[in-house]
Amino acid sequence: MTLLALQRRMAAALVRPLVAGDHVDPEAPVDYIKPNDRLTSLERLEIYSRSYWYRLLDSLYEDFPGLRAVLGPRAFERLAKAYLTDRPSASWTLRNLGSRLEEWLRRNPAFAGDRLDLALDMIRLEWAHIEAFDEAEEKVLGPEDLLELGPGLRIALQPYIRLIELRYPVDDLRVKVNAASEEHGTASNAVIKRKAGGLVRRIHRMPAEHIFLAVHRLDFMVYYRRLDAEEFRLLAALGNGLPVGKAMEASLEDSPHPVEELRRRVETWFAAWAEMGWLCRRS
Amino acid sequence: MAHALARAPRIFKQVPANRFNGFTEYGIGVGLRIPHYRHILEKKPVVSWFEIISENYMVDGGRPLAILDQILEQYRVVQHGVSMYFGSAEPLNRDHLRRLKALVKRTKTPWLTDHLCWGSVDGTYSHDLLPMPYTFEAAKVTARKVREARSYLEVPIAVENVSSYAEFHESEMTEWEFLNEVVDRADCGILLDVNNIYVSSRNHSFDPYDYLNSVPPERVAQIHIAGHSKFQKYILDTHDHPVIDPVWKLYDHAIRRVGPTATLLEWDDRIPSFNEVHAEAHKAEKYIAASEMVAP
Repeated sequence: MTLLALQRRMAAALVRPLVAGDHVDPEAPVDYIKPNDRLTSLERLEIYSRSYWYRLLDSLYEDFPGLRAVLGPRAFERLAKAYLTDRPSASWTLRNLGSRLEEWLRRNPAFAGDRLDLALDMIRLEWAHIEAFDEAEEKVLGPEDLLELGPGLRIALQPYIRLIELRYPVDDLRVKVNAASEEHGTASNAVIKRKAGGLVRRIHRMPAEHIFLAVHRLDFMVYYRRLDAEEFRLLAALGNGLPVGKAMEASLEDSPHPVEELRRRVETWFAAWAEMGWLCRRS
Repeated sequence: MAHALARAPRIFKQVPANRFNGFTEYGIGVGLRIPHYRHILEKKPVVSWFEIISENYMVDGGRPLAILDQILEQYRVVQHGVSMYFGSAEPLNRDHLRRLKALVKRTKTPWLTDHLCWGSVDGTYSHDLLPMPYTFEAAKVTARKVREARSYLEVPIAVENVSSYAEFHESEMTEWEFLNEVVDRADCGILLDVNNIYVSSRNHSFDPYDYLNSVPPERVAQIHIAGHSKFQKYILDTHDHPVIDPVWKLYDHAIRRVGPTATLLEWDDRIPSFNEVHAEAHKAEKYIAASEMVAP
């Protein structure tokens, strides 16, 4: 057997979903693995197969705690196993493991039950969180960059900023999930159960709410900032490379606000973006 | 008893630095781990060097790189990778290599290590260190990829022997013969993990001293020591315990053969305080001192 053939056989065997008791599928091909005096070939494969599944499931648990809260632990585990079976890791880094989860869930909506929209929103938020954490930061736009200040000026958003439009206020929920998780180490089991129950009830009752969110980074921490719809559209237009003048035209032309009010708002937005270092020069 | 002679102290001058570790004499290092960031940056402990997991810093920005830059201001860093997969039949991942090269430039690592294993096939990644079949074909493929990586990264490379839990019918040689075949063909260094040798020797019933005695001392760029977990039928390389005495004995043997080589303690799970990890790593000092016997 060639090296490639052996590696294909072993990889296909170890990524098979574990069966009851977290055992490797007894039908997995193992004829290429030697048994020894203590372990059968299948048992030796099982060491690797368990390690594979535990490592990847742990990674998804860590990256998508909000989705786990939305679906509940059992449904989340079913979804995670199905996702990893359909979309095994295609990246050298586990950081990218959840990059195709939104696309996959849209094709497999049954895994979210009656909470599909909420689940999709949470996935988008949590993936944006991952990207905001370690994407690049460009030099913040300074006075020297504004020498050519005018409607033709093109500016860019920091690469770590993600703008997402959501149907549910999943930002609040994610913050609560984080807080609950941080308390887990200190609170008693009874307190944890009571709080978890409260969270589940809150998710069940969560009303839809159209929100516009910037997921961004400040001092190496990820934050969620709600935006006005017009502010969101202007940022998106700037992020898409439109010159400042055209971006303002495109995003504010339907604004119901009077011009003076609009000018005041735009000034406030630019001041806040500058303070947070969101704007950089388009390279 | 076969290894009794090999255990005798060497009486000639040791050569601690070699071309596979950039001719450095780094001594004892500690793995840089997230739970220790604050302690290291605030207390600034005296550490000869830190080993980083390259992949944790192969990102475009954010906290990981900011912390790394602060560490680099005060400490020497050596890169240790987990995703190069020299033993995978498929070509090296160009995106991985490009990011790795950027990190090499940032850290100025004098040498770079990754594992003698495979972990990906047809573009799908296991994120594990899977065992090699010890065949001549595999040795050729692996050595070619080590050479390609070194040529692109422009830094000496050393390959680490992994712990393993499975053996293949296809194998044509022992693990140590395979290691020698690869490093000879690639003309690369060895990151000798004595804990991995111990773990594999128990899992596959071989004498770890046979393994150690076959390792070419002049190629050993670095040594790893670590703890592991014992199960009923096998031992798992978990890096979550102190180093056990039999592994220290293997280390003693290795360091006498190889000379006082850059040594790192790996502790990756259930990580205790920095001081505890640091103290455990420095237990290696007495073995290094004993190995530094120089002929009159």
